[in-house]
Amino acid sequence: MLDDFLVRAALAGVGVALASGVLGCFVVWRRMAYFGDATAQAAILGVALSLAFSLSIFAGALLVSVLMGLLVSSLSGRHYSMDTLLGVLAHAALAFGLVAVSFLPGIRIDLEGYLFGDILSVGRQDLLVIWLGSALVVGLVLFRWSALLTATLSEDLAHASGIQPRREQLVLTFALAVVVAVAIKVVGVLLITAMLIIPAAAARPFSRTPEGMAGLAAVLGVVASLGGLRVAYVLDTPAGPTMVAVAALLFALATAAGRLLRARG
Amino acid sequence: MTVLLEARDLTVRYGGHTALEGVDLQLSPGEIVTVVGPNGSGKSTLLRALIGAVPLAQGRIQPSPDLRIGYVPQKLQVDPTLPLTVDRFLQLPHRVPAAERSRALEEAGVPHLAGRQLVSLSGGQLQRVLLARALRGRPNLLLLDEATQGLDQPGSAAFYRQLEEVRDRSGCAVVMVSHELHVVMSASDRVLCLNGHICCQGEPEAVSSAPEYRALFGSGTGGALALYRHQHDHHHEDGMPHLAHGHGPGRGDREDGGRHDPPPPEPVPAKATVEEETSPFPGESGR
Repeated sequence: MLDDFLVRAALAGVGVALASGVLGCFVVWRRMAYFGDATAQAAILGVALSLAFSLSIFAGALLVSVLMGLLVSSLSGRHYSMDTLLGVLAHAALAFGLVAVSFLPGIRIDLEGYLFGDILSVGRQDLLVIWLGSALVVGLVLFRWSALLTATLSEDLAHASGIQPRREQLVLTFALAVVVAVAIKVVGVLLITAMLIIPAAAARPFSRTPEGMAGLAAVLGVVASLGGLRVAYVLDTPAGPTMVAVAALLFALATAAGRLLRARG
Repeated sequence: MTVLLEARDLTVRYGGHTALEGVDLQLSPGEIVTVVGPNGSGKSTLLRALIGAVPLAQGRIQPSPDLRIGYVPQKLQVDPTLPLTVDRFLQLPHRVPAAERSRALEEAGVPHLAGRQLVSLSGGQLQRVLLARALRGRPNLLLLDEATQGLDQPGSAAFYRQLEEVRDRSGCAVVMVSHELHVVMSASDRVLCLNGHICCQGEPEAVSSAPEYRALFGSGTGGALALYRHQHDHHHEDGMPHLAHGHGPGRGDREDGGRHDPPPPEPVPAKATVEEETSPFPGESGR
């Protein structure tokens, strides 16, 4: 069954959607969208390093993404606003990554594949990495769920309950880097944040609890992945951007439906 | 009498800025302490130091073994994208039995809000829900950081009454930071006037007539320390000359603050040197 590239693509999409749906809720609640961008764009630098030193793409992207996350966390609140800091770091990482890629001698790489994903070329090994990474992220977030949620609400309340908000921030930083690393193949670095934000945002109007929102976001992410794959196959469009487009349509529908629900009381 | 918590020489620095210096504090069971002070005087920092949210540059905090702190933060910014019912909020980060949750809501005066979403609450309701969350697990020390911020006069009066009721029923000690500089809960046993260090402390009436307090608040409020029972008991305005309006306490006033003859016995003038230059409100930086 795994011999079929479409089946592998579908499984890869589902794996990424589950992790990004759950983690994406925290990205939305904590307003970390730009943080996600910075982490994702740093991954291109990781890709260049991996190719230069013949490491696995996953390892290189993970390493540089984690470093980027730590860098942002440690610099935040110093001299620049988070907004400016992330703007500098995210684009700097992307630019340096693209420059670094151009230095690679003799290797012609499919840059577009890393920027926008290449889900149809996912192999068995990739599939294994994607599902292990996703399981790690979902497991980690569920394990720290209450602490993460408390720290998200208020750092002071977290402290008063004996939780270290700083540690929870690191947990999220690491989980984000893992999602980025496993999602490169699927949607590419430029659209990873979309798969984090859009399903979570689409789930919001129908959720009364944080757990409900995370579950629904995962489901909507899976629907967007499979739907996007199907549409891409029928219309012969690039798979990654099509998945994000479908997710965006789901968001529009969800927002409209949410309005209707509220209007009816 | 046993001591609930003892803090010695608390010093907190943010970068190069000293927010809190050499603060000694001892809290006894059941007492109500109100902390007043201008913006940036380290009021919130003091509470945050007590819950361990800011690292101490110096000093130490010794809690009694059975200390249970309930903390009410200054404000809770709930992101509108976060769906969370009051009931669920009361169970963060740990599960709390249903009976305990409804008791806490009852004591905070909002038994009917359990099923509501946090983002849909008004400012006053949210403050009471925060109070309810702090009351879970029956704390013997309640810390409230400007808990009535954003409430109107009747709103804060009602909140203070609720708090007094809670204290009377449960006997927990209360430390509250008041942003209404001159308004202090009538039941306060002790007022602590803070400006980076403890300027003076004592019973409300005594503090209101202390020169250190006047130096800080004199020009703004005419030196009066208004209590919520303020229909009577205004004698503390007598006898002390008011500082002229528009004339901030001059540098000289404060630099020799420590050498003022201390007025009646209670207030304990501490080191009254105030480092800021001209304004009695030295900026927001200290938080």
